[in-house]
Amino acid sequence: MAELAAEQAGAGEAGEPTRRDFIYIAAGAAGAIGGAALVWPFVDQMNPAADTMALASTEYDLSQVAEGQQVVIMWRGLPVFVRHRTAAEIAAARRDDGVALKDPATDAERVLQSDGKPGKPEFMIVQANCTHLGCVPTFGGGDFGGWLCACHGSVYDTAARIRGGPAPTNLPLAPYVYTADTVVKIG
Amino acid sequence: MSGESTYTPGSAFERWLDVRLPILRLAHDSFVAYPTPRNLNYWYTFGAILSFMLVVQIVSGVVLAMHYVAHVDYAFDSVQRIERDVPYGWLIQNIHSVGASMFFVAVYVHMFRGLYYGSYKAPREVLWILGCVIYLLMVATAFMGYVLPWGQMSFWGATVITNLLGAVPLVGESIKHWLMGGYAIGNATLNRFFSLHYLLPFLIAGVSILHVWALHVSGQNNPAGIEPKSKEDTVAFTPYATMKDAVGLCLFLLMFALFVFYMPDALGHADNYIEANPLVTPPHIVPEWYLLPFYAILRAIDFDILFIDSKLGGVLAMFAAIGVLFVLPWLDTSKVRSMRYRPVARQFFILFAITCAALGWCGGQTPDRVLLQTGPYVKELIDRNGAVIATVDGQTADIATRAAQQRINALGPNVAETVRTREPYRFTVTQLSQVLTAFYFAFFLLVLPLLGLRERPTQIPDTIAKSVLRAHDGPAPAGGKALAYAPRDGAPPPEA
Repeated sequence: MAELAAEQAGAGEAGEPTRRDFIYIAAGAAGAIGGAALVWPFVDQMNPAADTMALASTEYDLSQVAEGQQVVIMWRGLPVFVRHRTAAEIAAARRDDGVALKDPATDAERVLQSDGKPGKPEFMIVQANCTHLGCVPTFGGGDFGGWLCACHGSVYDTAARIRGGPAPTNLPLAPYVYTADTVVKIG
Repeated sequence: MSGESTYTPGSAFERWLDVRLPILRLAHDSFVAYPTPRNLNYWYTFGAILSFMLVVQIVSGVVLAMHYVAHVDYAFDSVQRIERDVPYGWLIQNIHSVGASMFFVAVYVHMFRGLYYGSYKAPREVLWILGCVIYLLMVATAFMGYVLPWGQMSFWGATVITNLLGAVPLVGESIKHWLMGGYAIGNATLNRFFSLHYLLPFLIAGVSILHVWALHVSGQNNPAGIEPKSKEDTVAFTPYATMKDAVGLCLFLLMFALFVFYMPDALGHADNYIEANPLVTPPHIVPEWYLLPFYAILRAIDFDILFIDSKLGGVLAMFAAIGVLFVLPWLDTSKVRSMRYRPVARQFFILFAITCAALGWCGGQTPDRVLLQTGPYVKELIDRNGAVIATVDGQTADIATRAAQQRINALGPNVAETVRTREPYRFTVTQLSQVLTAFYFAFFLLVLPLLGLRERPTQIPDTIAKSVLRAHDGPAPAGGKALAYAPRDGAPPPEA
């Protein structure tokens, strides 16, 4: 006690930090950094787990989808539209390539494979959650012959580009590549 | 708390305990001898009702957790099993689900009461902010609890709300995936929501203790909004406030029981009796009724504000609607607490209450529902000379377009060259929500700050006792008779 008092008194007079000050700060800092480091595992555990990440790819045989038909498949727990577009739908989408779009993209860009090679225009493969708040839009609604999200009224055209309503962007493409003539691998 | 303790241990055991853990002293000083303003009305019983509801929810919830299975494959069925097979499961499940609604009924009454009587003003700012924290925790708890039955509304409500976080620039997507534990609402989400739904009520209980502590430091506000000046202004908590709270609670429980036994699903959605299906969105997703006003504010922002897009704007507006409550003590400039003596503020308050209710109604409607329309959609078919050859109309754009097409087909090819459309003016739910949202924020950010500087309050009574006696217009009891009894010695009060 006496030494401590003397040391503190000494520090007070000279205004110089003592060895004890250094130990206090070093110990406090080590404790704070250690505590903060321990927080991270408890935060990070909530991120998608390894098995969830491992589900990240799926294969699908497109020959099951007739022209004018749409199927919804699951990829990473999320629905994906696989739409076999009719010639009229493709034409309608191409006709609108030039108009002012909220999230500009040509129809050709909307059927691009994830490796950058062109896809097949008749197969539109997009993630099915509305980019507004995640509802699944239904085909055949809205003024553009594509999808309408009933939740908040977003309208997509036949290339799944946003044309009206609150959604900020086009339905994102599901990253796919053709592994055979009619088979795609998503993810 | 205020004044010295009046507790006197009655028995040898109480004396023994009092010097080791003065818990009986604390209880006596807080809930027996504690002086409460003598003019408290029934709006002031909702604090006690809320404490009771928290206990109801925790007890019924702990029991439900014994039977509930937090897994996407079993959650829906386990809730059905609770309702059908578990002994009295139907009762306990109904108590818990209706109880959530009743909890919010009580908290909204409690909040509006605080707003009306100025209970947020100095020295009760911390008390008010703690209340806001409790409310936020309640919202989070209720949201996560609603996901657990794993019905369609559970799933899609959770999807919509977690997607809100995706609106945050840069880190939004990461936060979303972090919260969901995957790329979509799934088993990981259900499990963590169950865990947190179990945890948060205990946080609420903890903050509630701080809330009551702050209340007992500053003393209760009252309908007159003036501080007690003498003993004449207060009565002892027990029996006066205790009994009044008990009567209020009984009336409240009547309403609670009515819902539990006769219409347990009246406040929910039929869609939630369909098991969650990630491939099919219900046509109309709405949150539970108690969150509808904020949902309406979220949807009201359907336009970009400078660099903020509409999605982020809606999210910000929704959080700001709750956030503004936290700074309310510093927004209201009036020195007068109770709106009883602020005639103009009182009218704005009534408008505000109506606005909140109307926002709730808007939140439950489809946003594009037309409330007012100046006339039909008119389509004029024009021939190549520019003359109008036919006019058709319809209540919606679709109907008018179809009618026009039919008429064009009937006229034969190349008769009608062009079609001119005249659109009526339409007032939709979204536009009504925008007006109401504007007033909601104006009340806090314009009315309360400016009104306090300009208004002339009416005569405020000198003391609480005077306000009561004047209100009842009766003869004054000699020397504040209600207070002649001080429960110091535990003796029964003298017969009046």
